[in-house]
Amino acid sequence: MKRYASLIVFFISILLAGYGLFTNEANILWQKAITICLSCIGIG
Amino acid sequence: MGRHRKLTQFLSLLIGNLYLLPWRESPIFQGATKRICFPGLNCYSCPAATMSCPLGGLQNALADFRANLMLGVFHPGAYIIGTLGLIGSVLGRIPCGWLCPFGLFQEILFASPFKKIALPRFLRYGPFFFLIFFVILFPLLLVDSLGYGQTFFCKYVCPAGTFEAGIPLSIMEKDIRGAIGLLFYYKFTLLIAIVLWCLVTSRAFCRSICPLGAIFGLFNRISMVKLRFNKDNCVECKACYKICPTDISFFDNIDNINSPACIRCMKCYKICPTHSINLVFEPILKENKENFQEN
Repeated sequence: MKRYASLIVFFISILLAGYGLFTNEANILWQKAITICLSCIGIG
Repeated sequence: MGRHRKLTQFLSLLIGNLYLLPWRESPIFQGATKRICFPGLNCYSCPAATMSCPLGGLQNALADFRANLMLGVFHPGAYIIGTLGLIGSVLGRIPCGWLCPFGLFQEILFASPFKKIALPRFLRYGPFFFLIFFVILFPLLLVDSLGYGQTFFCKYVCPAGTFEAGIPLSIMEKDIRGAIGLLFYYKFTLLIAIVLWCLVTSRAFCRSICPLGAIFGLFNRISMVKLRFNKDNCVECKACYKICPTDISFFDNIDNINSPACIRCMKCYKICPTHSINLVFEPILKENKENFQEN
């Protein structure tokens, strides 16, 4: 099993990313990223 | 290889921060590429940033997780976790050594002529502390009455946010300049402290604080691209240890060559006089061979 660890993690990651894309998480990330993050810049 | 790495780092810096138009309408970039996670610490509130910081995105997803659940929506940050898993399972921590703009910044600082100070070994656990508490648990658990948490690492720790977003935006935008308060001064002081530390300690932030490095580091031992060390060829000249920016000592078995602390800058590979170190691509691990340190 250990021999295939990288492949297993790779395919699980594809599934996760695919699920995220399917449930619109990339757009949610985009919405966050196009507004100024007040926490990041240290004023809110 | 050293020149190739620097070139890659500068190219990555440029691609991740390509929005340099003087006639911009918004203080920060709002294009479609911000749906992509940048494989390094690069604040998405930086006026020039063209992609999203995965750490900021992950914290936002976890901070909103409970409120979303209350609304009947399940958004666990799978897209960001999956993207990080994809990068990590193939490359391990290579993005830290070759792509991260904040890593490049630290390397430039460390090239200063000041006396150098080694990092205590116990601080290697620091990134995991910040990952578990500031990136995962605090945003997920410390929520307001509506179920919304905060991006604790961005707010209280991340020097990249202050350096890449806080300072330029406060210069560019009058409203932001007017809103500066105690938190900004705290973060600015923290940034100065980290900059001073990086002048004397190699990759001090990466090795003791960076949660993104901790995430990629978890993949170092299982990633498809990994390092191999042939102890039979080694003459124990310690050249690899002396040049390593993260003080990894694998020639004497103190550390594993694929330690989570390794940023895979490949300096050891380049300097080894007996070519005992190799970079291999192994989607399926080969059987352990004698004298080959794999895992």
